[in-house]
Amino acid sequence: MNTTTATSLPPSFWRPPTFSSRFVPVWQRNLLVWRKLAAASVLGNIADPLLYMLALGYGIGAMIGEVGGMPYVAFIGTGMVCQSAMFTASFEGMYSAFSRMHVQRTWDAIINAPIGLDDVVLAEWAWAGTKALMSTVAILLVLMALGFGHTWLALWILPLGFLVGLVFGAFGLTMTALAPGYDFFSYFFTLALTPMLLTSGVYFPVEQMPAWLATASNFLPLKHAIDLARPLMLGHVPSDVALHVAVLAAYALAAYWVALALTRRRLLR
Amino acid sequence: MRDAASVAGPPADAATREVVLDVRELTKRYGGQPVVRGLSFAIRRGECFGLLGPNGAGKTTTLRCVLGLIDPDGGTITLCGEGVPRSAREARVRVGVVPQQDNLDPDFTVAENLHVYGRYFGISRGAIDARIPKLLEFAGLAGKGAAAIRTLSGGMKRRLTLARALINDPELLILDEPTTGLDPQARHLIWDGLRQLLGAGKTILLTTHFMDEAERLATRLAVIDRGMLIACDTPRALIAQHVEPEVIEVYGDEAKAWAQMHGRRMAKRLELAGETAFCYAADAKPLLADLASRAGVRYLHRPANLEDLFVKLTGRDLRD
Repeated sequence: MNTTTATSLPPSFWRPPTFSSRFVPVWQRNLLVWRKLAAASVLGNIADPLLYMLALGYGIGAMIGEVGGMPYVAFIGTGMVCQSAMFTASFEGMYSAFSRMHVQRTWDAIINAPIGLDDVVLAEWAWAGTKALMSTVAILLVLMALGFGHTWLALWILPLGFLVGLVFGAFGLTMTALAPGYDFFSYFFTLALTPMLLTSGVYFPVEQMPAWLATASNFLPLKHAIDLARPLMLGHVPSDVALHVAVLAAYALAAYWVALALTRRRLLR
Repeated sequence: MRDAASVAGPPADAATREVVLDVRELTKRYGGQPVVRGLSFAIRRGECFGLLGPNGAGKTTTLRCVLGLIDPDGGTITLCGEGVPRSAREARVRVGVVPQQDNLDPDFTVAENLHVYGRYFGISRGAIDARIPKLLEFAGLAGKGAAAIRTLSGGMKRRLTLARALINDPELLILDEPTTGLDPQARHLIWDGLRQLLGAGKTILLTTHFMDEAERLATRLAVIDRGMLIACDTPRALIAQHVEPEVIEVYGDEAKAWAQMHGRRMAKRLELAGETAFCYAADAKPLLADLASRAGVRYLHRPANLEDLFVKLTGRDLRD
């Protein structure tokens, strides 16, 4: 007999998500704010990875030359596209969404209007994806200006950036639903994002790692994003496209459902 | 807020007007602990209905159930003709809400707050923009449309929140402790605004623990405590029904001794709270005559009010 009902969730919080166009005005609200504060936002989300890409790409690239069949700056640049999509969406799902939910009580105001909490969380999820897409666009543009990725296939990196945003936006929203305060998010950065960043092949090929670690990295969503982005950048059709997309989509949807259920538990009581 | 209409009394035909909100046998438990226990009341069009109760009485929980934000454990709710929680979203199209805690959008200006909120109701941009000047004027914020939220005083924020709740021209306005934390001037402005809305035929549901607020605004009151309705009527009728008409408050060191020796004999009912003795009587003359003969005893003679009713029905114990 299961006697731990006090800690388990009532089933109603786990009802399937509803998807409706009602999320649009909430998404537009975030876009409006972003337009007002764009400069700071662009600086934080895009300038940072660009500096790393150029410094490491050309600095270390000068010593090691080509990696994975491309100049190191393009190698790390493609990794940075995925990394930046990951960080941008994680930030949006955590700090920004937490501000709106807990500090400003914006979500409380919205769900008093004829908009459900499901619509709000869907809007935040889509917004995290949108922010990831924006940073993907910016870094891809810089890479193209540097002479890389001049191929139509490279444009597939844009929807990929959005999908990566949905994965990490949902992770971030899950953390937000659990967070007592901003400090809580450093667990996710230190225990999840940083290790993932270092073992997914952003800075060096995963083949450089011990075999067991390289195998384990196949469970990380960022690894699958990078496995798609690198060939696209070179103008090749990636192998196992369906597998990589399926893993990313599964992570995104599962994490979204968890985030929604935990948010319902937090706010609808 | 200008041009305040005179205090709206209960409309003569109130009993026959359409029911805007009907709550029956509402029950809500948290972790097995009942918070709302079989609460029933109905609000008709044009009424200002006050939910009065001490902290933790279940007022906010009741409102959250009414809006369909939490699922009740029992009972039925009909809001603007829609069953809640099943059709709560459809019902909320015709409801405006002023929450207990200000939640204006700090990233937007005054006018943008109204605009963005109107979009949540699916109102077209043109229709919203046409309404904004009138709402700003109603809120006493004309000319402040471009102001940042952080530059507003507490009272201005409250009035803007009220204006925001009117963006959809709601049938029912729900206010959760609308003047908590405001200074007297700011409270009077909010009350003026609410009277104006009642004069224009709006229906209001308001929770409060301020007796003067309830007395000034509510055409009908429900006193709730520990999740149960303990009385429901017009403020005057409630007082007449539950409390003796005259009250003498006796203060100071000797109050207790005097009350035990003399007050208890002459008053119909006597309550001691700290250094004050409350004597309730149908006729206060004998008490007043006795007090007048004693030098140095401070006292106040007044008619019974909602506070007396509230304390009689819910007790003097502190609620946290």
